[in-house]
Amino acid sequence: MKKLILGATALAASLAMTGAFAQKSAADGIAEYRALLADGNPAELYEAKGEDLWKKKRGPKNASLEQCDLGQGPGVVKGAFVSLPRYFADTKRVQDLESRLVTCMETLQGLNGAEIAKTPFGKGEMANVTALATWIAAESRGMKFNLSQSYAEEQVMYEVGKRLFFMRGGSHDFSCASCHGEDGKRIRLQDLPNLTKNPGNGIGFAAWPAYRVSNGQMWSMQLRLNDCYRQQRFPYPLFGSDATIALGTYMGVNAKGAESIAPAIKR
Amino acid sequence: MSDPMRIRAQAAGNKTTVRVLMSHEMESGQRKDSSGKLVPAHFISEVKAEHNGKVVMTAEWGPAVSKNPFMQFVVKGAAKGDKIKVSWKDNKGDSRTDEATVS
Repeated sequence: MKKLILGATALAASLAMTGAFAQKSAADGIAEYRALLADGNPAELYEAKGEDLWKKKRGPKNASLEQCDLGQGPGVVKGAFVSLPRYFADTKRVQDLESRLVTCMETLQGLNGAEIAKTPFGKGEMANVTALATWIAAESRGMKFNLSQSYAEEQVMYEVGKRLFFMRGGSHDFSCASCHGEDGKRIRLQDLPNLTKNPGNGIGFAAWPAYRVSNGQMWSMQLRLNDCYRQQRFPYPLFGSDATIALGTYMGVNAKGAESIAPAIKR
Repeated sequence: MSDPMRIRAQAAGNKTTVRVLMSHEMESGQRKDSSGKLVPAHFISEVKAEHNGKVVMTAEWGPAVSKNPFMQFVVKGAAKGDKIKVSWKDNKGDSRTDEATVS
């Protein structure tokens, strides 16, 4: 019997170091790092948790979410992720995956949606929403984005999202477009996707929810957008607000035809 | 209560590669919370792997291992359909055991 002291981090670090000796661009290095980690992407743990939560009877009404309509009919999960945000007739608004999940948790399970929306990311029911979103995204892995623009409300959301994307403000006079409006920009070492068009398969809107290795957290699209706004020094947008959904619609429609790799792994 | 592990065991020839993803906070005991208090250490201290009931690997871990750790090792002589069982124990006495079939 062999006694081993194994460290997952130590292993990853030694592999990353061998990579540093060869001459290559930073982007190659990051791509390699992600490929190394992708095999044991901890997002899988959240997927498993999300699948469990979907099928589990919970809440005051003791119901599962299996009748939840994500836009493809009650209970249909596959393909839902690549068609959201979209207009829902029952709530009379355009919703993204996360806000739709909160609606289902409210109507089917009897949980308090407003209370969930106020919960910080990673805590309580909000952590459950993220896990559910992770699993639902995983069910559409490899599928291509194809958002509906047939309802007037969806077209309005797209236009609003576009406006917001280019709206400059905050103490740094930043807009989303300052960083994501042209090709070849980067923040620190990471290349930034150009979100005014289809940035390609598995990039930008097609990569989140994602597991962030640096802080060990599972990040949903809502949190991703909130953090962009934080970096722009904008006020913190409310969870599931029309502003964040409009931006999601803008990015989602632009990403038409891009293949989803969500849940991805990020630095 | 701890979340389940994800275990994959794939045979190639007489070697089987086992990949395990564990769900654990792995708190190092070095960090402080927002009020400045030290966050108590909470990490997996022992890992054990069994092949059809026979122990094939044990490991002693410490606070330096990352959150949600990933572990990979190779077992010799495991055939398809064999059972690989992985269990861990943490420093607070919590434990978890999961099993996978070699494919």
